[in-house]
Amino acid sequence: MEDIPEKYEGGTVKKFMFLNRRAPHGTVYAQESLEVVLIGAAFEQDVSIVFLDDGVYQIRKGQDTSAIGTKNFSKTFRALEMYDVDKLYVEKESMEARGMTVDDLNVPVEMKTCEEIGRLMEEQDVILSF
Amino acid sequence: MAILHTVNKSPFEKNSLETCLRIAIEGSSVLFIEDGVYGAMDGTSLNGKVSDASNRLHFYVLGPDLKARGLSEGEVMDCIEVIDYEGFVDLVVKHDATHACL
Repeated sequence: MEDIPEKYEGGTVKKFMFLNRRAPHGTVYAQESLEVVLIGAAFEQDVSIVFLDDGVYQIRKGQDTSAIGTKNFSKTFRALEMYDVDKLYVEKESMEARGMTVDDLNVPVEMKTCEEIGRLMEEQDVILSF
Repeated sequence: MAILHTVNKSPFEKNSLETCLRIAIEGSSVLFIEDGVYGAMDGTSLNGKVSDASNRLHFYVLGPDLKARGLSEGEVMDCIEVIDYEGFVDLVVKHDATHACL
């Protein structure tokens, strides 16, 4: 009988890419995406996250939701590394349109052009857009 | 009759801000709230449209919504005044009607 490596027990590992495209607090999309990312990580899947369009605002530094009475989930992005989710990308074009640089962000990311992101997408098994 | 227009959608995702700028007549006010506050930030590709309109419209942005999104008051365009919740109420009272541009 073929030996199954322990890490694959219970299923195969697929490449999941999350496309986060919405601003963080006006709608529930950003928070829901983060929930699914954490589920993927819990099942030891190969997860990457791309922040584009208004999604780049999700990881902006210094968010403080105390005055609007909602959960500040921006801190959770900093914990993703503990779940081996360390492939975080931002789209260069989205950052530039919003006058932002990587210094404005609260997590280490890799800046990619839209074309590079398009190529990354081709390597994926599953793509989820929020 | 002066109208208060509130914009709660990101200008990069919806055209609410542009529509407001188009229909708001001279002397009206535009208040950025919720995800609309991204339209008040300096250094974005939309600055020209807002600063052009500031000759004829009054612009305000809600401070607590800036803070929630990690945006500092110093990064807001010079032509826009930062207000708090009480300031929001004062604006509603001061205008003849409020138009929530959803």
